[in-house]
Amino acid sequence: MTKVLTDTRSIRIKGRSFLALVLSPEPPLDAWLTRLDDLASRSAGFFLGRPVVLDVADLEIDRAELKKLIDELGKRNVRIMGIEGGRPSLFEPGMPPAMKGGRPAPDIEIPAEASVESPGAAPAAATAPSLQVEPPAPRAISSIVIREPVRSGQSVIFPEGDVTVVGSVASGAEIIAGGSVHVYGTLRGRALAGSVGNASARIFCRRLEAELLAIDGVYKTAEDMAPNLRGQAVQLWLEGDSIMAERLN
Amino acid sequence: MAKVIVVTSGKGGVGKTTSTAALGAALAQRNEKTVVVDFDVGLRNLDLVMGAERRVVYDLVNVIQGDAKLPQALIRDKRLETLFLLPASQTRDKDSLTPEGVEKVMGELKKHFDWIICDSPAGIERGATLAMRHADIAVIVTNPEVSSVRDSDRIIGLLDAKTERAERGERVEKHLLLTRYDQVRAERGDMLKVDDVLEILSIPLVGIVPESTDVLKASNLGAPVTLADSRSAPALAYLDAARRIAGETVPMTIPGEKRGFLGKLFGRRAA
Ligand SMILES: Nc1ncnc2c1ncn2[C@@H]1O[C@H](COP(=O)(O)OP(=O)(O)OP(=O)(O)O)[C@@H](O)[C@H]1O
Ligand SMILES: [Mg+2]
Repeated sequence: MTKVLTDTRSIRIKGRSFLALVLSPEPPLDAWLTRLDDLASRSAGFFLGRPVVLDVADLEIDRAELKKLIDELGKRNVRIMGIEGGRPSLFEPGMPPAMKGGRPAPDIEIPAEASVESPGAAPAAATAPSLQVEPPAPRAISSIVIREPVRSGQSVIFPEGDVTVVGSVASGAEIIAGGSVHVYGTLRGRALAGSVGNASARIFCRRLEAELLAIDGVYKTAEDMAPNLRGQAVQLWLEGDSIMAERLN
Repeated sequence: MAKVIVVTSGKGGVGKTTSTAALGAALAQRNEKTVVVDFDVGLRNLDLVMGAERRVVYDLVNVIQGDAKLPQALIRDKRLETLFLLPASQTRDKDSLTPEGVEKVMGELKKHFDWIICDSPAGIERGATLAMRHADIAVIVTNPEVSSVRDSDRIIGLLDAKTERAERGERVEKHLLLTRYDQVRAERGDMLKVDDVLEILSIPLVGIVPESTDVLKASNLGAPVTLADSRSAPALAYLDAARRIAGETVPMTIPGEKRGFLGKLFGRRAA
């Protein structure tokens, strides 16, 4: 059958690169998944809606095992958008596509939390799954400065470090920083600091009216915030599993 | 040089069509050739507010699809010979608007008019983004309540991202038009204060139009409020706003308050 083209405009195909998180599972996979669950319990929703690439280059795995792994991750709401480093024989129709040519981005590492360590456990740093993209390189502290208001519906995502906004962050806007968030204006939307696992990240704002605050996956909604902080210049940080806040000045 | 203005808001029913007609008539009265363009395909309204609904033969979609030439679709106002309407189609949907078609029509309008005012549909979808696409100036119509303000904020973000100007690395000139402002409710604290809206949106204020039955009266007459009763409070607010858009400096007033009180707010600029 031939189809008649009623619209003859050509379809535009563009290339674009995105920053994805890369998970590199280590054997034994069961134990690795357990560690992943532990991480997820501390950073609820961390993977939710984020692009995740599975790196299997260093993993001895067959097609059935890979399918099972993808299923297990799916159950944890980790949706795999692509598989890197897999032999062609690993793939079958319906699986996430093979990805090539990924370029390393700065490290995204989820440090182990002292708070979840039980006495006698192995050093946490060795057991936490890490979202490493590259062997650790000397890390330059990076940050971005946004010189205008962040409008409703916009999100600024900067896993590499600190985000400073010279202006306000509107209701319905969000700032997601790997490091700290600084807002020299009114923070009405969402601010997520330490979003890739950095418990020492902080949130600073000149005026707090936020809808949601999170540091290292620990959340606080507008309803949980002390009313006397509203409208104030405030800094927030993490102590254990609680977000602490104090007025600035 | 032709200037393209988009009248936009995100939220529905805040007064875009009313404002398009009122500003269009006010600019045309300055003896500058003005066309108001209805982008609300499927829910056309501007023809009613302009009192031209019974004179519509061809519309924007016909021109885009090549069924009619632009001059055939343009309707000249009966009261002001410098004022024209390019109506929308009531029977099509917004998918009939193509980016290429809109670009072509805008290019042609720019050759013939000083002001091209695009009445945007509500929402942030195709219709709204096409209406803003070629804008040099945006009039952001906002009511003093939180949902309207938030939607306006969203629209401002799109103006900085999805317009031709933004893609060229330039800026769309933005003006906040606060409409349906009710002095009594503002004093009672039932509505956001002018100051709060300005602080949230941080764009310059171009006018405050009071809530008034004169608006409904005018639309029942099929006349832009600035023509129906040019001495009414909303007409005065729109006339001043039009002068500001045209580049004049006019002191700002809050409807119901003494003139000049708000002088300090006007001209406040951020971003
Ligand atoms: N200043 C005002 N005072 C009183 N009523 C007003 C005022 N401005 C607008 N209205 C009324 O509000 C209603 C909506 O106005 P209008 O159609 O201009 O809004 P819109 O933003 O174009 O709506 P839509 O999003 O549906 O296109 C109309 O009934 C209009 O008469
Ligand atoms: Mg309308």
